[in-house]
Amino acid sequence: MFDYAFLILLLPFLSAIVLGLFGMKMPRKVAGLIGTCMLGTLFVLSLYTAYHYFFYTGEYSAMGQTFRVVDGRLSSGVYPTVTVFNLTWLKFTELLTFNIGLRLSPISVMMLIVITTVSFMVHIYSFGYMAERDENYKFEEYEHGFQRFYAYLSLFTMSMLGLVVATNVFQMYLFWELVGVCSYLLIGFYYPKHTAVHASKKAFIVTRFADLFFLIGILFFSFYVGTFNYDLNVNPGLSDKLASIAANPEIAWAIPTALFLMFIGGAGKSAMFPLHIWLPDAMEGPTPVSALIHAATMVVAGVFQVASLFPIYIKFGAIEQLHWIAYIAAFTAFYAAAVACAQRDIKRGLAFSTISQIAYMLVALGVCYAINDEEGGLGYMASMFHLFTHAMFKALLFLCSGAIIVIIGSNFKEYMGGLHKYMPITNACFLIGCIAISGVWPFAGFFSKDEIVSACFQFSPMLGWFMTLVSGMTAFYMFRLYYVIFWGNSYYEQDPENRRRPQEVPFVMWGPLVFLAIISIFAGWIPFGHFVSATGQSAEIHLQHFHFSSVAWFSLLAAAIGISLATWMYMPKHNPVPDMLAKKMPVLHKAALNRFYIDDVWQFFTHKVVFRCFSMPIAWFDRRVIDGTFNFLAWGTQEAGESIRPWQSGDVRQYAVWFITGTVALTLVLLCLI
Amino acid sequence: MIPVEYFFILSGLLFFIGVFGFVTRRNLVAMLISVELVLNSVDINFAAFNRLLFPGGYEGMFFTLFSIGVSAAESAVALAIIINVYRHFHSDQVNSIENMKL
Amino acid sequence: MARLVMFAILAVVILASAVFCVSTKRIMRAATGLLFVLFGVAGLYFLLDYTFLGAAQISIYAGGITMMYIFAIQLVSKRTLQGLSERWLGKRTFLAAFIALVGVATVILVLLKNQFINILTGNENALANEITMDIVGKTLMSADKYGYVLPFEFISVFLLACIIGGLVILNKNKKEESK
Repeated sequence: MFDYAFLILLLPFLSAIVLGLFGMKMPRKVAGLIGTCMLGTLFVLSLYTAYHYFFYTGEYSAMGQTFRVVDGRLSSGVYPTVTVFNLTWLKFTELLTFNIGLRLSPISVMMLIVITTVSFMVHIYSFGYMAERDENYKFEEYEHGFQRFYAYLSLFTMSMLGLVVATNVFQMYLFWELVGVCSYLLIGFYYPKHTAVHASKKAFIVTRFADLFFLIGILFFSFYVGTFNYDLNVNPGLSDKLASIAANPEIAWAIPTALFLMFIGGAGKSAMFPLHIWLPDAMEGPTPVSALIHAATMVVAGVFQVASLFPIYIKFGAIEQLHWIAYIAAFTAFYAAAVACAQRDIKRGLAFSTISQIAYMLVALGVCYAINDEEGGLGYMASMFHLFTHAMFKALLFLCSGAIIVIIGSNFKEYMGGLHKYMPITNACFLIGCIAISGVWPFAGFFSKDEIVSACFQFSPMLGWFMTLVSGMTAFYMFRLYYVIFWGNSYYEQDPENRRRPQEVPFVMWGPLVFLAIISIFAGWIPFGHFVSATGQSAEIHLQHFHFSSVAWFSLLAAAIGISLATWMYMPKHNPVPDMLAKKMPVLHKAALNRFYIDDVWQFFTHKVVFRCFSMPIAWFDRRVIDGTFNFLAWGTQEAGESIRPWQSGDVRQYAVWFITGTVALTLVLLCLI
Repeated sequence: MIPVEYFFILSGLLFFIGVFGFVTRRNLVAMLISVELVLNSVDINFAAFNRLLFPGGYEGMFFTLFSIGVSAAESAVALAIIINVYRHFHSDQVNSIENMKL
Repeated sequence: MARLVMFAILAVVILASAVFCVSTKRIMRAATGLLFVLFGVAGLYFLLDYTFLGAAQISIYAGGITMMYIFAIQLVSKRTLQGLSERWLGKRTFLAAFIALVGVATVILVLLKNQFINILTGNENALANEITMDIVGKTLMSADKYGYVLPFEFISVFLLACIIGGLVILNKNKKEESK
């Protein structure tokens, strides 16, 4: 039934190949259309796949396995894990093989929807964005940027899809690195800009550094478990093997260690403290890319990874590690929210908001302590739900900010203000996004975030209150951003004659905005627990049935406080309060503006500690000893050649002298020996 | 009866006189003449070996015969080359053709 | 005893001519020296009762090759024939003389140390019989165990190749000159 599913990987790959190789020969529109049509097909395919996966009744088979399902569910009440195909690529040993396959599980199908929806919207939106941007700024050096952009987008989509349908952790790693490469390429898209080049390098190096741990984790895992597979449902022997390892006290440490090392890789991708430093800089890339890669899809790869390995964490003695993840993520959420309150660059503000929201998802996963949809396993469902809704409204927010940036020509809030008159549609969409992320009923963010907070309260009330506070901060900084962009003093009106009049963006740009805004409004009403839950059984989201707990009231209250505070501080044309606060607490404000100097700490660490203590001696060793050895060899060879060269004089008499001398000498030697 | 050593000493002396000539001469023809001396010393050895040590066989004699033929051919070709070199460089000195090397 | 005297005379002639050949400054004299060496060697062959070999030596070497040398010398400009050695008694001469002396010493050392030769010397049957033309011809053309037809044919082909080679070398140059 899912025989067509290989197209999900093949189509974007083909499109990337075609656009990458021949895109430069095509007109811009054709290249863009190819990419967009392919993505449209992919979007439809994903919806079709999801529909079949979740609602099919009857019998189908894949890879020789037959599934008898009613409404997509097996008789045990869970959705099947369908391996559509699984090809052996490399055979390390008889047991340990590297496979490339396609596996459908509830969360991977959900990810398919997320990726293709956002990617499709971004493809359409980029038509307008890239064209406008090129027109406004006349970047001659990006002449072929449009086609290149679409080629990269296709490649990224392929990699991300490959990541989420991975049948084993090694395939996940492969595509994981591929999305890293795409991210690198797209952040450095405006490569004549120095900041873009630096940002892309930073992103690549930081995530590669983290991925190193992922790889080590994989090696640990494969060494002790003897397989790369991680899905307990489709690999019957895996549970026994893991159980035997967990029961053996000598090597019981291996599973938690491997899992936590893998999480460090995920933390790099998902920008967890202290590996978050690359994400704000990644905003140097084109804004549609920020929406797709650095908000909706790639950065949640870490969450997806932890969620994929979640059953192993829970069942085989790595619950402690899950809780560590929760603490790291909780701190990150708070830190990023605090920094976001002071950013001047709207995209950076959104980037910190993204970090904070991803941290929410990881907190939700981390607070789980059992597989039980009601108690202990609620976080899993909440996390996936938040991933879904967040992808939608964060993509929306980024695309809105892209529309504003295209019109204004700057990322900084000082050049904005009062835009609600000029860009009504963008205004409405941004507002919807802000309300959604702040968690106001009945928008999408409310349901997912309050599930997370509920899960936190189940784990520990302290953490629950903490996350409620952060959600209040979320509401505050999002509305701060909203007001400074759309209200307050208008930069244009201060000098209308010399400044460009802002205007609404064209349809290709606001169309996707409206689409995503609609999803952001209604996504919360999707009975998500029905599809994705820790046990796989159908679970209820109580909030959707108006069973508001006190938790929900508190977080609504926090959101309301945040919003009103932001309204009071930033809504009026003249807002003296923030300036006064900034003046009263200069240290705090400056620290927040500079992201609490974490980048500088890393800078210090890498430059002063790593470079001084490791790199420089190694470089010295390399330059002096290794290069010296080879230089000496080269020099010796050359000198030997130079000194031997005269012997090769071409003077036959000299040769005769040597020949005779040699012969006589040899004869004498032989004589002496005899 | 002549002791065979006499022949060997004679041929050894002749050989090294030839070598001496080959090394000291700068003229190509003169060098070739020295080579002829060397060849002749070898021929003497062949003949003396055969006659005085192995009188029953003919190998030495025939090798001398062949050697005479070969040296005739060799000097013919060598002289042709020398004459060509002379035409080309207007010199028959050995260092005149050094520019054949790199 | 007569043979020994003959040998001594021939040896003196050969060595003296050879030394003259390599030390004279005039190339024509060197060629003449070579001629005398060849005669002396032919005499040695006669002394060893290799009459056919001696005859071949005289006719091919002394008659053919020396003539060729003389023609070649005449073809090459006389001016360049003067001053055969620029640095007579120069560094190279000493070196060559030294090498030659060491070489001779080595060879003589080898000969004196060689037991093999001493065993074989004193063969009284030596110099007993002359090799007739009949034997020479038959052996050359025979394909038996001690026949030499294969080397003989090789030499024939080789001579032919040399003739053609010599012609080609000279001919090509003529064409170039005419151009």
